[in-house]
Amino acid sequence: MPPIVRADGLVKRYGGFTAVAGVSFDIPAGCCFGVLGPNGAGKTTTLRMILGMTPMTAGSLSVFGLGMPADGRAIRRRIGVVPQADNLDPDFRVDENLEVHASYFGIDAATARARVPELLAFANLTDRRHAKTDTLSGGMKRRLTIARALINAPDLVMLDEPTTGLDPQARHVIWSRLAALKARGTTLLLTTHYMEEAERLCDELVIMDQGRILDRGTPRELIRRHVEPEVIEVRAGDTARFRAFAEHHGCRLEQQGMSLYCYGQDSAPLLGFLQQDADLVYLHRPAGLEDVFLRLTGRELRD
Amino acid sequence: MAADWSLPRPGRGALAVWRRNLRVWRKLLAPAVVLNFGEPTLYLLGLGFGLGAFIDTMSGMPYLVFLASGIIASSAMTTASFEATYSVFTRMQVQRTYEAMLATPLTLDDILAGELLWCATKATFSAAAILAVATLLGVVGGWQALWVLPLAFLIGLCFAGPALVMSAVSDNYDFFNYYFVLGVTPMLILSGVFYPIEGLPEGAQAAIQVLPLAHAIALTRPLVAGLPVNDVLLHVAVLVAYAAGGFHVALALTRRRLLV
Ligand SMILES: Nc1ncnc2c1ncn2[C@@H]1O[C@H](COP(=O)(O)OP(=O)(O)O)[C@@H](O)[C@H]1O
Ligand SMILES: [Mg+2]
Repeated sequence: MPPIVRADGLVKRYGGFTAVAGVSFDIPAGCCFGVLGPNGAGKTTTLRMILGMTPMTAGSLSVFGLGMPADGRAIRRRIGVVPQADNLDPDFRVDENLEVHASYFGIDAATARARVPELLAFANLTDRRHAKTDTLSGGMKRRLTIARALINAPDLVMLDEPTTGLDPQARHVIWSRLAALKARGTTLLLTTHYMEEAERLCDELVIMDQGRILDRGTPRELIRRHVEPEVIEVRAGDTARFRAFAEHHGCRLEQQGMSLYCYGQDSAPLLGFLQQDADLVYLHRPAGLEDVFLRLTGRELRD
Repeated sequence: MAADWSLPRPGRGALAVWRRNLRVWRKLLAPAVVLNFGEPTLYLLGLGFGLGAFIDTMSGMPYLVFLASGIIASSAMTTASFEATYSVFTRMQVQRTYEAMLATPLTLDDILAGELLWCATKATFSAAAILAVATLLGVVGGWQALWVLPLAFLIGLCFAGPALVMSAVSDNYDFFNYYFVLGVTPMLILSGVFYPIEGLPEGAQAAIQVLPLAHAIALTRPLVAGLPVNDVLLHVAVLVAYAAGGFHVALALTRRRLLV
């Protein structure tokens, strides 16, 4: 089966600044594909190029086997989009937002009206169907935006940081909706900087920084490839003696503020050491995507 | 970029944008009707009868006929100009409605074409309201006045084009003050709505012939008064030129602004 999206050497330059510096990837049908990257990595720019909203400086792009930008209209007809910042239409109620959005796809009014109840149920918004959009909470707006993205029964849904800024309850509801979409076989393209989100939802992901793809794989593959299996995080206490001990045992150490991160294969002797010193506060856990992410993109702040 | 200046290629999607705006307008029908009927009624009653008491005829017609036929054109102008600046800017920048539309099969060409048609539609509504009031006041010369409705649509296109250029380059609502104070209001006062332009100095008359409102009035006035219409082709050509030129420049500048 041909890939849903095939991006080859995508470049976007703004004047002298390179926002996307030649990224290539393909997204198989039915996959939930994640783009994980800090702020400014070029995630949104990449999605906009796939939609034809941002002209690419170089590279080539085919979606559903059609070429961008020549077949832009036909491509967008089969995509649903959840943008990074909500852009619901404040002039309309909840149900009208779906109907009006349907009209942009050329879907006739009767068909659109028939689809609305199912989409509102999917988004848990049935009882808010007559509400004005500016009375909705952040989580409800996101759910409505997801419902809106499904109005054209898309083959590909692109979500740009769908849960950024939401509280944990709202985030979990969104995750369950996305999992339901995935179960139906809809191909998803998701950007995020939440590791938990990527680990839960994505079958495959790329880690992106400064316009480049640093690596690609399943969450497990990336963890295995880039970090040791176990992490001990020492959060308080005098770590000087422990540091020497850990180094002697071949651990890789990273200091971040007050915390010392110790990555290694076998933590048993280190834990034995830590248990003897009651002043040392520590956490022992398996390595995760976050460790991969920090290893690849560094620990400096991004704004 | 050269691509920004390529010819407009709007498709049927423009009608979806037009219908969206109509749907919003229908929700606010009551205040819209009050505005469309109330304002011209006040003008015609207040100015028409008040000034009409001193002015018997103007350009060979009763003052109320002169005024009503001018206000039909100027009202189409202001309606289209407001819609294409404040309202379009709100949808383009403030509400980011265009961004949502651009993620669908719609193109920017469709969107701006839909906006242009909508501005002209609103201009037609306002002209129709004034025509109705003028008819009740007994100042309309006959059935040929119905030509004012398609003409008001064209006048709406003509003024929406340049106003869309303002939306394409504006960073905020205040910017539109320049356009209205330096462009729309002088045209309203000088182009022959309230008095014939023949009274103005010759230089001013020549300048006014370059601007579209005088041409719009040159068509509405005889149509309403029931007189023969002269130089139709010239006047229509000026209106079409402003509509087409304005739309093309507006589209190019909006492409440059949004499709980055
Ligand atoms: N229109 C633009 N003009 C100039 N620079 C831009 C523009 N859009 C984005 N950028 C820059 O491109 C980089 C990537 O942006 P973006 O794709 O939004 O990143 P992300 O979505 O990963 O946070 C950022 O440094 C951003 O400031
Ligand atoms: Mg972004």
